[in-house]
Amino acid sequence: MKLTCEEAKHIALLARLGMSEAEVEKFMVQLSHILENFEILKQVDTSGLSPTAQTVALQNVFRADEPQPSYPVQDVMANAPQREEDFFKTRPVLE
Amino acid sequence: MDDLHRLTISEAHQLLKGKKISSVELTRACLKRLAQAEKKVHACVTVCAETALKQAEEADKAVSGGKVQPLTGIPAIIKDNMCTRGIKTTCASRILENFVPPYNATVVEKLKDTGIVILGKANMDEFAMGSSTENSAFFPTRNPWDLDRVPGGSSGGSAVAVAADEAIYALGSDTGGSIRQPAGFCSVVGMKPTYGRVSRFGLVAFASSLDQIGPITKNVADCALVMNVISGHDPHDSTSVPDPVPDYIRSLVPDLKKLRIGIPREYFVEGMQPEVRVIMQTAIARLEELGAEVDWDVSLRHTKYALAAYYILAPSEASANLARYDGVKYGFSYQDTSSMWEAMEKTKQFGFGAEVKRRIMLGTYALSAGYYDAYYLKAQKVRTLIKQEFDRAFEKYDALVTPTSPTVPFKLGERVDDPVQMYLSDVCTLPINIAGIPGISIPAGFVDGLPVGMQILGKHFDEATLLRIAFAYEQATDWHKQKPPL
Repeated sequence: MKLTCEEAKHIALLARLGMSEAEVEKFMVQLSHILENFEILKQVDTSGLSPTAQTVALQNVFRADEPQPSYPVQDVMANAPQREEDFFKTRPVLE
Repeated sequence: MDDLHRLTISEAHQLLKGKKISSVELTRACLKRLAQAEKKVHACVTVCAETALKQAEEADKAVSGGKVQPLTGIPAIIKDNMCTRGIKTTCASRILENFVPPYNATVVEKLKDTGIVILGKANMDEFAMGSSTENSAFFPTRNPWDLDRVPGGSSGGSAVAVAADEAIYALGSDTGGSIRQPAGFCSVVGMKPTYGRVSRFGLVAFASSLDQIGPITKNVADCALVMNVISGHDPHDSTSVPDPVPDYIRSLVPDLKKLRIGIPREYFVEGMQPEVRVIMQTAIARLEELGAEVDWDVSLRHTKYALAAYYILAPSEASANLARYDGVKYGFSYQDTSSMWEAMEKTKQFGFGAEVKRRIMLGTYALSAGYYDAYYLKAQKVRTLIKQEFDRAFEKYDALVTPTSPTVPFKLGERVDDPVQMYLSDVCTLPINIAGIPGISIPAGFVDGLPVGMQILGKHFDEATLLRIAFAYEQATDWHKQKPPL
């Protein structure tokens, strides 16, 4: 499995991960090499098997939907890169 | 009492309880040792001497009030991916370099309730992605047994802090071997509990179905003591199980009569260092002398597929988990643009290191349209096979024993440019996370002064049997008493 330059750029776009041309080149080679190592899984017969997403026997853990005290707004906002009053400030999403 | 930093938890507890020493004295001794050893090993990202001494004073008050529990007043170091209220939690990443969490991880909260003294936060591979601690965005940590070699990873800082006697114990996290492999490389005890045994609330998420927090300690009894405190159900983590937690100290009996131990041949892999193989054979023979019934030829034939499955599953989950670092709510934020998309892309470009980017790319690819079935779904089905294979093995055996890593610690820089080589150092540890079972690494010997770890694996929620075997072996050997030449 060889990754092309366009594919590498497309994946980076899907992940919204900015990358320099040099990084694209490097990852193209390294990811291709890693993907080659995944080929081994083709040898395994997995027909009729269900996938395992997690290993504990718990399913659908519910709790009552009751309001509980949360962290103080000041504490939660303390790490905000940009804020206005008690809101996170961001750039326009719709232009 | 100049060498209080060398004490184990149980030794320190006895002295504190008997009022022979104070927590302030113990904390001062650790801080002094830490300042001296850090010049060589660089295990800590943050040292919090002032708050540590305050916590020690609090602990001393608790002791004089007669409220002394096994971990009260004992100084520890926490891996820097566990949230500590008011103390920076960086994940060894530029993107969280100045992040101060507004809350404590549940494990930290539980330890605080017993009177913990937090000396500092331990270095790690960025976002716990790596096997050598060289992926820290700040600096690499060095192995105290040989400063030119890696301590393993990703909990390298935690393992080194304990091996170098900077802290009495530490917490690490383990997604594919990140507690056990560095514990093995540094000759200390490291346990990855069963998935669901310890709350992950407040642990910065890497791969949520594989991550688990566990202790790194100087001996097995200390591991049991920390497990007693951190285990148990947490309403904040819906994957933590409500089952009762046994008193792990009770499992420390030094004989192995009637225990059935299997040795899976697939873990004695091609490319394994011959000296490591010899050490393992000697260690297993010792388990036999202690009364265990050892089956030397067990086969877990799907083991060879675990590495590929893991490097699809873990990066896939990581790519989803790390999407949250968009520079809006916290963390590094690229400001020099008016475009939302550019800000997000540049935040990640400058905030994440190479290995983190590599895994986000890999995971995004494996989850993308057209490749999902071939990679992610296939890996999840292989996960089913690996788990079933362990389940079947544990119908016959109480535990399985393997090397923790196929080699002794490698040199710094040796594998950084070859991700596939680097990933291979976790080949013996990552199947355990895939199956969700518990595993422990304990010191098993040395090759030319470099540590070798023995890994013991058990059934889901049977940490007690692992501790029993580890304790019996430790009582019969003195590897854990040997100290690095610092």
